[in-house]
Amino acid sequence: MEPFRRLDAVAVPLGEPNIDTDRIIPARFLSRLRSVDHAPFLFHDARRLPGSDDENPAFPLNRPEWRAARIVVAGRNFACGSSREAAVWALYDHGVRCAVAPSFGDIFRNNAMKNGLLPVALPAEAVADLLAQLEARPGATVSVDLPAQTVTFPDGATHGFDVDPFDKQCLLEGLDELAYTLSLTDEITAFERRMGRENAPP
Amino acid sequence: MDAEAPRTLFEKIWSRHRVKEREDGQTLLYVDRHLMHDGTAAAFDALRRRGLAPRAPERTFAVPDHYVPTDTRRVAEIADERRRGLVETLARNSAEHGIRHFGLGGPHQGIVHIIGPETGLSQPGLLMVCGDSHTSTHGALGALAFGIGSTEVTHVLATQTLWQRKPRTLRIAVDGALAEGVTAKDLILAVIARIGAAGATGHVIEYAGGAVRALSMEGRLTLCNMSIEAGGRAGMVAPDETTYSYLAGREYAPKGAEWDRALVRWRALPSDEGAAFDREVSLDAATVAPMVTWGTSPEDALPITGAVPDPDAAPDAEGRAAMARTLDYMGLLPGTALEEVAVDRVFIGSCTNSRIEDLRGAALVARGRKVAEGVRAWVVPGSEPVKRQAEAEGLHEVFRGAGFEWREPGCSMCVGTNGDIAGPGVRVASTSNRNFMGRQGPGARTHLLSPAMAAAAAVTGRLTDVRRLLAGEA
Repeated sequence: MEPFRRLDAVAVPLGEPNIDTDRIIPARFLSRLRSVDHAPFLFHDARRLPGSDDENPAFPLNRPEWRAARIVVAGRNFACGSSREAAVWALYDHGVRCAVAPSFGDIFRNNAMKNGLLPVALPAEAVADLLAQLEARPGATVSVDLPAQTVTFPDGATHGFDVDPFDKQCLLEGLDELAYTLSLTDEITAFERRMGRENAPP
Repeated sequence: MDAEAPRTLFEKIWSRHRVKEREDGQTLLYVDRHLMHDGTAAAFDALRRRGLAPRAPERTFAVPDHYVPTDTRRVAEIADERRRGLVETLARNSAEHGIRHFGLGGPHQGIVHIIGPETGLSQPGLLMVCGDSHTSTHGALGALAFGIGSTEVTHVLATQTLWQRKPRTLRIAVDGALAEGVTAKDLILAVIARIGAAGATGHVIEYAGGAVRALSMEGRLTLCNMSIEAGGRAGMVAPDETTYSYLAGREYAPKGAEWDRALVRWRALPSDEGAAFDREVSLDAATVAPMVTWGTSPEDALPITGAVPDPDAAPDAEGRAAMARTLDYMGLLPGTALEEVAVDRVFIGSCTNSRIEDLRGAALVARGRKVAEGVRAWVVPGSEPVKRQAEAEGLHEVFRGAGFEWREPGCSMCVGTNGDIAGPGVRVASTSNRNFMGRQGPGARTHLLSPAMAAAAAVTGRLTDVRRLLAGEA
């Protein structure tokens, strides 16, 4: 995993609430291996005019100022719904490394952390303020500082955010959780012995 | 914490599965059962790339459901090469790693969240995961079950464990009794409309109260299934006699002395008197009417007696804009009575509502009636055993006689990954769990409702209060 420390990047406003992972990547693009570039699937249908392959010019990611955005700012309950990790892969392959919203789908939040994409939850008023600033100044940049746990808005205002210490360490060092867990094999074996037949497989 | 302090069902299962707890609160949990489906090729690939093998393949169970056709049981007849490849890959990965695989055409195949409970693999007190958000379903048996992503699937395969931070707890108490024609589906839609699509984010829900206790196991499975649609990490119902009699004798349920020992453990699982929840919500079951969604989030649900809401009534400009976009996508005008909304297709199926009780409820409405002209109506049983049971009861003849298509088990139109989709602008009355934009196909318009309500929509050609049909109206 690529480490995450600081990010100064263009942020795109996607202010609707409840943007689900089906919208982020429609189901027909799922079940590809991770080695496949998922960027073309990102918001695939939302980026196009209905029933056509032509771009919907109104969709924020299609606007020249926001095409290269690496931060997504969204309404409440961003990336709710399906557990599809490909939603993170599509964002990541497009270049997105951070999502800011009042709240996230729990599974997306976990998936994001494991891929080096930082979910930042801020109070709804702060996100509304940020969305307004981004709409007013398309192409404006936002700064995210993970060690300091702060986000700096285009107007210079700085907001702190919470992050799980374990997740923070993994992100900062690009650490792989699986390698760490494999080092705990003895403890897992001891647990299995302790449980014996309880909850054993049929 | 004081060892004597009253604990919730969730806390009992959580602490029993703790392999290690770090000082920062992250907990390594042991996974008793890992369910897999045909959308998990990437997780096996990641495992292989690291040179790892499953740690406990005997705790892993696989079934193809997302990519299987609903008009044939032969893998070779899957026309689309990529879909066929995914079904074949699951079979191959399962064989290679010694994972039990309920293959297409076999007697157990079905939607992963149908066959877990049905085979007796899902049991009280277990910690279960699956790379699918509707894993919350299995909590209906008193298990702690939740959906995970692909990287986590690889982690579980390699270590049989998962890192989690302890979620908060939410108790949803439903007292009173559900009225005639009102089902578990209506109840969960009412719950989601009440608390919102993020109402339970970060929480494990325990459903309690007389109306929940009175639900059959099928109803409880429907209830827990849609916990994720309220944002919940998991949904649970404490095990009781309904649970035990449902499980007794099922193929993978404990037998003999093991059953007796299991019962002793299971009876100790329900939340202790006085156990504290982080949040509590209560609902009177008697106030719940048959529900239907009008928008593109499951929280957009109303009683069928209602009307399409007016964006002008939204509290702020952003809310008005969001609702206007939703109604534009749904092709609905504010103020239209929901019962006046005409449907093009009907889908009875999915891990939410394709169990035998669901099919019985739909058949009761379909019996002696005809699918309205111009409406295409499907029944997709959740599993081979459900299909066999329904056919033994003659339900397939009821459906066929009424003009429904009786199809083969799989996820089908709930998610459309097998190609069962609706066209742009097509309006679907669906017993599935998500009315998201494009969920049932690009531009498709989904209305979520119960199986009986779906059957009612099929025979009238519009969203319909099923209570009128149950009362004898033609």
